Amino acid sequence: MTKHNREIAPSCIENVSRRGVLKGIVSTGGLVLALTILRHRAAHADTPKWGADGMPHGTVNNPLVFVSITPDGEVTIVCHRSEMGQGVRTGMPLIVADELDADWARVKIAQATGDEARYGNQDTDGSRSTRHFIKPMRQAGAAARMMLEEAAAKRWGVEVSDVEARNHEVVQKSTGKKLGYGELAAAASKLDVPTTDSLRLKDPSQFRYIGKEGTNIVDGFDITTGRAIYGQDVRLPGQKYAVIARPPVMGGKVASYDATETKKVPGFVQVVEIPAPSFPMKFKPSGGIAVIADNTWAAIRGREALKITWDHGPHATYDSQVFRAAMEATARRPGKVVRSEGDFAAAFASADKKVEAEYYIPHNAHATMEPPSATCRIIDGKAEVWTSVQSPQAAHDLVASYLGLSPENVTVNVTLLGGGFGRKSKPDFAVEAALCSKAIGGTPVKVVWTREDDIRNDFFHTGLSNVSRRGSTRTARSWPGATTALRHRSCRSSYPIRSTRPRSNREWASSTCPSPSPISASRTARPRRTPRSAGGAPSRTFRMGSPSNPSLRNWPLRRPRTRRRSCSI
Amino acid sequence: MLTLRVNGQVQTFDGDLSMPLLWYLRDELGLTGTKFGCGIAACGACTVHVDGEARRSCVTTMSDANGKSIITIEGLDPEGNHPLQKAWRALNVPQCGYCQSGQIMQAAALLKGAPHPTDGDIDGWMFGNICRCGTYQRIRAAIKQAAGA
Repeated sequence: MTKHNREIAPSCIENVSRRGVLKGIVSTGGLVLALTILRHRAAHADTPKWGADGMPHGTVNNPLVFVSITPDGEVTIVCHRSEMGQGVRTGMPLIVADELDADWARVKIAQATGDEARYGNQDTDGSRSTRHFIKPMRQAGAAARMMLEEAAAKRWGVEVSDVEARNHEVVQKSTGKKLGYGELAAAASKLDVPTTDSLRLKDPSQFRYIGKEGTNIVDGFDITTGRAIYGQDVRLPGQKYAVIARPPVMGGKVASYDATETKKVPGFVQVVEIPAPSFPMKFKPSGGIAVIADNTWAAIRGREALKITWDHGPHATYDSQVFRAAMEATARRPGKVVRSEGDFAAAFASADKKVEAEYYIPHNAHATMEPPSATCRIIDGKAEVWTSVQSPQAAHDLVASYLGLSPENVTVNVTLLGGGFGRKSKPDFAVEAALCSKAIGGTPVKVVWTREDDIRNDFFHTGLSNVSRRGSTRTARSWPGATTALRHRSCRSSYPIRSTRPRSNREWASSTCPSPSPISASRTARPRRTPRSAGGAPSRTFRMGSPSNPSLRNWPLRRPRTRRRSCSI
Repeated sequence: MLTLRVNGQVQTFDGDLSMPLLWYLRDELGLTGTKFGCGIAACGACTVHVDGEARRSCVTTMSDANGKSIITIEGLDPEGNHPLQKAWRALNVPQCGYCQSGQIMQAAALLKGAPHPTDGDIDGWMFGNICRCGTYQRIRAAIKQAAGA
């Protein structure tokens, strides 16, 4: 077989650990200092934290964490959130660059490794990046700008009030003298970081990039030329490839297996038993038999040749149709009322038009365009992972736990994600890669999930049944035909992601619906439009879209678009 | 031993003839721009050109590829400046980007046969290329821009 391997440096998406940008202070003379990590201040036990402050490790606004400038003026901004198509690798650095008043054409992006103590929360989930980080990122950019201004003022021996940063230069207003950011970086890096209270943020009218058209996504060239590196694309020297036969029933395990035929497949390297998880599974790998081979195809063929007898475990009798029927029957009955406003019965009775509808959402796989994949190698007791994860800190912690390594001996590099949708918040596949690599002496192994794996072994969304009634009135105040009565009754298992909580596991083990969570909400007038999760809703208690999400109490009622009597999605 | 040409370079192969071209390109040649999405020709992420025609490399075996000339996204244009690639960037078509190699290769084959495609041509030709982010409108606009329409 012709070998024409093009080893792709896994840093095609620049990772900070590989660039060393945050270490090369002295050598580059850039705006990079000995790092003072602003750890998330411990909250008083009796003070609830909301929004970004309620997330693990909160936010960090230290410019020394996010910004570095080389003597020739190249600005590198760290993106600490995962890119999965939402544009965050463009958006987050753009916010910093705007307050920094940097020339976007001279900005490079470095991708943070999983290290929340340094960067603040990195769990890129729940549509939170910009909401939670626009302010800290603005502060980081503004602080860096002020340090450059102060350095210029000192150089010229003038008041700071006489200088101003403008598009990658600091200008003395009274004389027009200029110094580039690169010329000032070394001096600026020796100054104290301004306190958050002293920062001068731009007036929004001064924004260069925020809210403006004309900025292209930073990965556009790499994506359109095939150079972009996703988790599936990572290649390390000497790398092997693995696919895994996982239990067909969640919570099952291998009873016995025979790999005789597998070992005959050309390119076969080794089989590795992935341990069955203890309950609750949370985001652990589901176990099974990994086949490691010289290429993905050989691994797939090797897996096909495995003979496995499964012990299907406590959920062997679970039947989604039976569970659906139980949920639907429950949702048709009155449930625990979580919200009631006005007199629904009267409003519905007097409505001109009445709609009743039943909705059912089945177990859904996330079906990311890129199936999950992770690559790991272990050298001298240090594990390094490259993978497309939404929560690199969670991946880091779980890999360290499974390998029995201390946290500083595990590094998780984040590639581009070919879609995430919450699936890639679960780092099970990173652990699988780590266990495979460990089993063959630390040799790099890439675990590839096939599409079938993705659909069969996903962390499915739970099923849900909803029975709703809506009445509208021609003479409604809002507009003719507006909704004037609305009632929802919903039922689902107790947590919306399968397997992640012990209680829902017990429910799954039953073919009945022993612990349904019926809720009922009704209201009789169209509310004013209110933010989906305006302060007050704990940020991690409920998943968005879950019917018991307290933030949905503010859900605006909208004109109906469909009038089907029942709908299965 | 079979021979094929990949992005202009002659390659020989004496492995499993049933191996899909996809895995040969990705794992053996390191051409990871051709993406794995489904393995059953259902999504189009692995689209390459085989003797000038758009083909799903995940269901094209190495024996099918024997003697053929393969062009991948890496070989579409030496500078990455095929009109489609430029239009894709100008219109910010990609979101996550994972399907876009396949989209571009499929569209490149379209433009060879229909230099000025209609919306109907585009929709019909691009039908089998799935984008989970839903960038279809921008894909269509970019194809038309590249076609100079």
